Amino acid sequence: MTNLNLAVATSLNVTTATQSQTSSAKIVARNLNFYYDGYHALKNINMEIPEKRVTAIIGPSGCGKSTLLRIFNRIYSIYPKLEAKGEVLLEGENILDARYPLNRLRSKVGMVFQKPVPFPMSIYDNIAYGIKHYEKLSRADMDVRVEQALVQAAIWDEVKDKLKGSALGLSGGQQQRLCIARAIALRPEVILFDEPTSALDPIATVKIEQLVEELKKDFTIAIVTHNMQQAARCSDYTAFMYLGELIEFGETETMFTRPSNSQTEAYITGRFG
Amino acid sequence: MSAVPNAAAKAAVAESLYRRRRLMNHLALGLASAATLFGLFWLVWILWTTLLNGISALAPSLFYEMTPPPGETGGLANAFFGSIVMSLLAIAMGTPIGILAGTFLAEYSRRSWLGETIRFINDILLSAPSIVLGLFVYTLLVKPMGHFSGFAGAVTLAFIVLPVVVRTTDEMLKLVPSQMREAALSLGIPQWKVTVQVLYRSALPGIVTGVLLALARISGETAPLLFTALNNQFWSHDLAAPMASVPVVVFQYAMSPYDSWHSLAWAGAFMVTVFVLAISLIARAIVARRKVAND
Repeated sequence: MTNLNLAVATSLNVTTATQSQTSSAKIVARNLNFYYDGYHALKNINMEIPEKRVTAIIGPSGCGKSTLLRIFNRIYSIYPKLEAKGEVLLEGENILDARYPLNRLRSKVGMVFQKPVPFPMSIYDNIAYGIKHYEKLSRADMDVRVEQALVQAAIWDEVKDKLKGSALGLSGGQQQRLCIARAIALRPEVILFDEPTSALDPIATVKIEQLVEELKKDFTIAIVTHNMQQAARCSDYTAFMYLGELIEFGETETMFTRPSNSQTEAYITGRFG
Repeated sequence: MSAVPNAAAKAAVAESLYRRRRLMNHLALGLASAATLFGLFWLVWILWTTLLNGISALAPSLFYEMTPPPGETGGLANAFFGSIVMSLLAIAMGTPIGILAGTFLAEYSRRSWLGETIRFINDILLSAPSIVLGLFVYTLLVKPMGHFSGFAGAVTLAFIVLPVVVRTTDEMLKLVPSQMREAALSLGIPQWKVTVQVLYRSALPGIVTGVLLALARISGETAPLLFTALNNQFWSHDLAAPMASVPVVVFQYAMSPYDSWHSLAWAGAFMVTVFVLAISLIARAIVARRKVAND
């Protein structure tokens, strides 16, 4: 009996220890507001993206989940009339500060999009293109880097014999893994996934999910998804958003079994959204 | 019970509806085919007529003999040369400016008042009568220089090329999915590099098609050359002097009372038509290949 208690206590301690480890936040949003040409799209968001964990952002269409993700690498700023106010801290530095170099931000925070968009060049060049912008590598070193990225994105075996072939000839699922390889080739610290599987078939989806699971060893991951099963399957933390507000944030298991908010419960049980 | 129609009646109604649909289908298909044939009929007739009337002049000498005085035999060598030189020069002048302007519109000023204004003015230039452009260059170049010149002709043609290339570049860049831009920019690559190294690659077949269509358009233009390059009976590669061109020679010879000039005019018309047809086919082939590559 005592032994058992001890065992439970130890395992609890372990859990607490892991949790305190994870509580080191990679990205912290503070009082974050976002406006589309005056329309208030995100309302006072406060949340943390834990390091080397998968954080899923869920919610019905138009709730602002993609908007939130697109702030983390300031990709929204390529369009006019969009404005983010508040703070987003990446390792303690505010990336919304105009003085934060965009180049550095984008090299630290990679992004994978809904539709796989390989560049109209060879598979090899798709990966090498981004690297060339940051590093001067010899041909041999570049070969190694390209291979590493493709291996890490679990697509190496499928493309190793046609690296010089056009990336447009790959299947949708392969293209998406190539896009993931392209993002991780820059060795970022965070990878943002914006509904990465919504254009893919179920088998390709499973492969991407397994890959996300694998990638969290090395990267901090934030993933926006419409698919609640996906959030439940592959994330450690879940943020539920509704009408531009962050309704609830917590460990995925807790969110999906004992949500503390009635709106969260209604959404994850499929009663709206 | 009586509210439910029996199976036989139901089948009869379905059959009559089906017959009606099939009839409408045949009718619509018939009309569409007739319209296609009607359009093709004139094209074939034009090609056939120009070929038939120009056949006597369609000989190798067409390509190496000069435009003759009345009553003598000759070819259209100087006219072909002039047309090629002026068209290529026009493409060389119009394409870079057009691509840069189109890029500015699509990538740097989308949804801005400046972009919209330039796009609107470009559309006006696109549909401006070419003779107006000829008159414009006449006052701009020919009058101050004091004489007609091949260069002035090329400049006029460049004014025709420019809006076509601006428009197609703009449209083709807009067709590149915005996620392609976002993906490249999210790697931290600056916008000008993204545009040149990623977006141009994606839009290239479309832009090339635009340039080819502009070439097809200017190779048949007559009016703007009348005020600028005029014509030249002799072989001339001097851009500062008047220069011959196929359309202007066709115009002049067709208006003449001489039979030998008439057949040369027909041959010239045939060559221009075939050239335009070939360019259009090449452009279509490029577009078709692009579709396959994107699927």
